Amino acid sequence: MFNPPTELLPTATNQSGTRTAAVPSVGGRTGIARILLSRDTVMIYALVAFVIYAALFIPRFASPVSTGFLLLDVIPALLIALPMTLVIITGEIDLSVASIAGLTSALMGVLWGAGLDIGPVLIISLIAGVLAGAFNGLLVAVLGLPSLAVTIGTLALFRGLALVVIGDNAVANFPPALTSFFTSKIGGTGIPTVMIGVILVAIIFGVVLHLTPFGRGLFALGYSKEAAIFVGIKVVRAKFWLYVASGSVSALAGIYWTLRYSSARSDNASGLELTVIAAVLLGGVSIFGGKGAIPGAIAGVLLIGTINFTLRLGRISDVVLIIVTGTLLIASVVAPSIFEGVTKWLHARRHRRTLPQASASGATRATASGVQERK
Amino acid sequence: MEFIRYTKTRRTRRLLAFAAAAASVALVASGCASGGDAGTGGGAEGDLSITFIPKQLNNPYTDVVLGGGEDGATAAGFAATEVVGPLEASASSQVSFINAETQAGTSVIVIAANDPDAVGPALEEARAAGAKIVAFDSDTNPKYRDVFISQVIAKDVALIQIELLAEQIGGSGEIAILSATANATNQNEWIKFIEEELASNPEYAEISLVAKVYGDDDDTKSFQEAQGLLQAYPSLKGIISPTTVGIAATARYLSTSNYKGTVALTGLGLPNEMRPFVKDGTVTAFALWDPAQLGYVAAFAGKALADGTITGTEGDTFDAGDLGEREVGADGIVIVGPPTTFNADNIDDYDF
Repeated sequence: MFNPPTELLPTATNQSGTRTAAVPSVGGRTGIARILLSRDTVMIYALVAFVIYAALFIPRFASPVSTGFLLLDVIPALLIALPMTLVIITGEIDLSVASIAGLTSALMGVLWGAGLDIGPVLIISLIAGVLAGAFNGLLVAVLGLPSLAVTIGTLALFRGLALVVIGDNAVANFPPALTSFFTSKIGGTGIPTVMIGVILVAIIFGVVLHLTPFGRGLFALGYSKEAAIFVGIKVVRAKFWLYVASGSVSALAGIYWTLRYSSARSDNASGLELTVIAAVLLGGVSIFGGKGAIPGAIAGVLLIGTINFTLRLGRISDVVLIIVTGTLLIASVVAPSIFEGVTKWLHARRHRRTLPQASASGATRATASGVQERK
Repeated sequence: MEFIRYTKTRRTRRLLAFAAAAASVALVASGCASGGDAGTGGGAEGDLSITFIPKQLNNPYTDVVLGGGEDGATAAGFAATEVVGPLEASASSQVSFINAETQAGTSVIVIAANDPDAVGPALEEARAAGAKIVAFDSDTNPKYRDVFISQVIAKDVALIQIELLAEQIGGSGEIAILSATANATNQNEWIKFIEEELASNPEYAEISLVAKVYGDDDDTKSFQEAQGLLQAYPSLKGIISPTTVGIAATARYLSTSNYKGTVALTGLGLPNEMRPFVKDGTVTAFALWDPAQLGYVAAFAGKALADGTITGTEGDTFDAGDLGEREVGADGIVIVGPPTTFNADNIDDYDF
């Protein structure tokens, strides 16, 4: 458990050996194979496998109650993971998301406490999120400052503003009809009603990223900013709007958080940014940019959420949860790199051994190995 | 050889990533399985189970409260006792733990709420599933729980401090208060009661409160404030510090100065921190509630609720084991008892 790479490698190579033997064609992957074996599909397999495991072996897990509690818990992370995926694909990062959610929550509390109707309260809070995102966008996209530094700054800034706005107070008397709507479930399925909205947002982000020229531009941007500029992608504009989207969705998460827990406080959603980023990376989005997909990111969030939930159901301390999440993340990020390194090393070693032999024994042997290689 | 060559293909790299992910999940899963087995003990029909949800885990004060709670739960006859909770004391972090307990069918949930309202909907769901809710240490909104176990009455805390000090200075002279922050709710409430008592009780007519200073619950600042007090008021006879940080810092200053033994010091302190100063004669006596009793009474209140002996209405009484009988007061509040006074005779009996 504490040393995953060395433990994982033998299993992995064995498996790959048998698999390749079963599937003879080694050339370019066809459409279906590509989808079935992509990094994010693998995450979906892992998620499904874990859910099946939990349903079979964890007492009380297999029930609609689980679905409800689990989804209610992961919705904020799920929402924020969507714009985060796009932001990370462009090679940037947004660490201020949880603080924007906290600021939104604080603002909601103060406005509602001041006697405004819930409609204007929600709209103003959402606008605050848009503005916060635009501020990030201005600094990162327009002024070209490094996003890591900028959003570490705004992480503290927005959380600080939340404290200024609401102080140590908590506002809790939101309309009961609204708060109970936010925890309501669709019939007996256990699926929270709010999930409909979350799925809509997910579809929007999925379509934008995977089915539009703008989305393809984001991947290009992540691979190489210079190349993206040369092929006519409007880099500044794309990044600016991504941060606006990130701010807006964070505000939605903040509104959800406030109404789900019926408590507006300045410390709401604190620390959520790291959960989201961990889940997105686990979901196969490359921290270096240029790689990733919405379904993978969603699977990453759900996998961490489910592990979280089962550990609590088993009354295992949160300390274990942190260790598990960290280990998973490192394994998922490091394993491919280590594997690449090992392959290169093996390749080099093979060449060191075979080349002198080949020169010594003549042409027949060289052709033989050449044939083998092509197979 | 041949199989090494295949590992070069991209497909196998994908498979490797999959295997890595699968293996990681399996590792996690095996962790869960053992925990799941441990958890099943509490779900058995007919046996009562109790779960404590503190504000956060790994807090020294909370550990003492929970220690008392576990003793109480065993003494009260619960079949299973669990302690779960978040690592950070944030407002909504307790909700998913309450949900897990609802699902586990726990009979009694004892909670110290980080936010009186954020835990509300989850507690309502737990109650709908048949759980009894006992709040302790920090109350939830009263509509979400059956009873609240409160440490002490604020006035009692104030009175015992002035009583101890009056005794130590012989009933007359100048005194000062070294508090936490200027706007700390608890401390200001106690100080208000102390001032009222000084003004109204003829026994304290000879005592005058000359200064109130604030050490902000910061060790260094409290130390310097104590130093400043004694320089500014040379005839000062005693100091009350109603905060554990303040009293420890003041005691440290006094013990190294020539005021040791001549200027009295009392207030609210932790026995483990104050032990050396009681032993060396800097402090005669100080007070605090016993946090373990809080958990102990909470466990018995939970048992009485689960048995149906009490419903949490005013006037209900229940047996609290070694501590005797306790009564439910207005708003479903149960008072654990008067603050404990610590002095050279009994300080070694306490470890917190």
